[in-house]
Amino acid sequence: MFFGLDFSVLAPSLPFLWTGLQYSVKLTLIAMSGGIVLGTLLALARLSSNRLLSNAAQVYVDTMRSIPLVMVILWFFLLIPLLTGNPVGAESSAMLTFIAFEAAYYSEIMRAGIQSVSRGQVAAGDALGFTYRQTMGYIVLPQAFRNMIPVLLTQTIVLFQDTSLVYIIGAKDLLKAAEIAGKNYNRPIEMYIFVAIIYFVICFTLSQTVKRLQKRVAIIR
Amino acid sequence: MIEISHVNKHYGAFQVLTDCSTTVAKGEVIVVCGPSGSGKSTLIKTVNGLEPFQSGTIMVDGISVGAPSTDMPKLRARVGMVFQNFELFPHMSITENLTIGQIKVLNRSKEEAMATGLKLLDRVGLKAQAAKFPGQLSGGQQQRVAIARALSMNPICMLFDEPTSALDPEMVNEVLDVMVELAHEGMTMMCVTHEMGFARKVANRVIFMDQGHIIEDATKDDFFGTPRGERAQQFLSKILSH
Repeated sequence: MFFGLDFSVLAPSLPFLWTGLQYSVKLTLIAMSGGIVLGTLLALARLSSNRLLSNAAQVYVDTMRSIPLVMVILWFFLLIPLLTGNPVGAESSAMLTFIAFEAAYYSEIMRAGIQSVSRGQVAAGDALGFTYRQTMGYIVLPQAFRNMIPVLLTQTIVLFQDTSLVYIIGAKDLLKAAEIAGKNYNRPIEMYIFVAIIYFVICFTLSQTVKRLQKRVAIIR
Repeated sequence: MIEISHVNKHYGAFQVLTDCSTTVAKGEVIVVCGPSGSGKSTLIKTVNGLEPFQSGTIMVDGISVGAPSTDMPKLRARVGMVFQNFELFPHMSITENLTIGQIKVLNRSKEEAMATGLKLLDRVGLKAQAAKFPGQLSGGQQQRVAIARALSMNPICMLFDEPTSALDPEMVNEVLDVMVELAHEGMTMMCVTHEMGFARKVANRVIFMDQGHIIEDATKDDFFGTPRGERAQQFLSKILSH
């Protein structure tokens, strides 16, 4: 015990916190995969010669990037039931929100990635008789993705931290679990310190991994 | 085989190609030369539609390039192209580079594509490099693989866009040797190049371009004997003087 803190309440809460962490990780992984897929489509739309498509993608990306995430989470939670007529749980609502929101950020990364592939590569694909889809699918996107892996992972680390915001709609992520456990044992400070350490350890380890990866990518290129 | 007639191309007010017309008959080897910025690379890229043009027509094997009704990927698959910077796919091995077009565009089986690919790789003298990646090969080797990749599609003609310009001098000949061999086998070829030795050896005709115009379009002997225009004479004296 120090400063009157009692960390002995952590042990019985661990299973509960573990469930919260699992949800946070699951949300991160789903938002990452969904966000990268949707983001890549947005990037292709943005780079398309079709003005309408390109403008629509730009409006979407700019809008998402101009609104605080916390409001998007809240609005999706309130709007989806109104639009669909069915109430959705906080957990599912958070997943949809994060895919939609992160797609805007991933799309900017993928756009830079696509533009990092030289025009000569596109010409070579076209010259072989590939269609637009084939040139993109076999030649441009694999290289764009490979070039952008470190940046995509860095964005994912930010995403993992941002998932803690879902506590405002009551989704039971790691932070929400800590809040509940803290109230149960009347020891909120200890709980918040503990989850802060968990977030730090996970994010710090991941960002160190990204740094190493970045060096390797630089060597390969 | 290739008929270019009255082709004009401009970027805004800047005219890149002005009223260019020429033909390449089956089995002919045409060398296109001219100072940089003369439009020669642009001209060769209009032949398979990599560069669009505003007016005029280009027919390849009777099919109109860039016409709305033309299936461009299908046409391009029949026209081989070799680029200045090789443009092998860096994320694929040499064999994957040689087979992907055959498999995805020509719908050949993997085994068939592999057999064709390896045969062509052997032909350009690089059978031992099959498992490597483009980044592990020298420039000259990469360009020979690029030629093999184009040939893997069984093209009806080949376009070469300054194939030796990005190479170190000692690697130029290994690429030219492959091209000469190809010419001797009767491949229809249109080559943008400054290699006048190559032109002397295998070209049927030489086209000289300047500022977007085709200024000379002459048989090899006429071109090297007495190029009529002053511009062509100056150009030749500059590149042949040493």
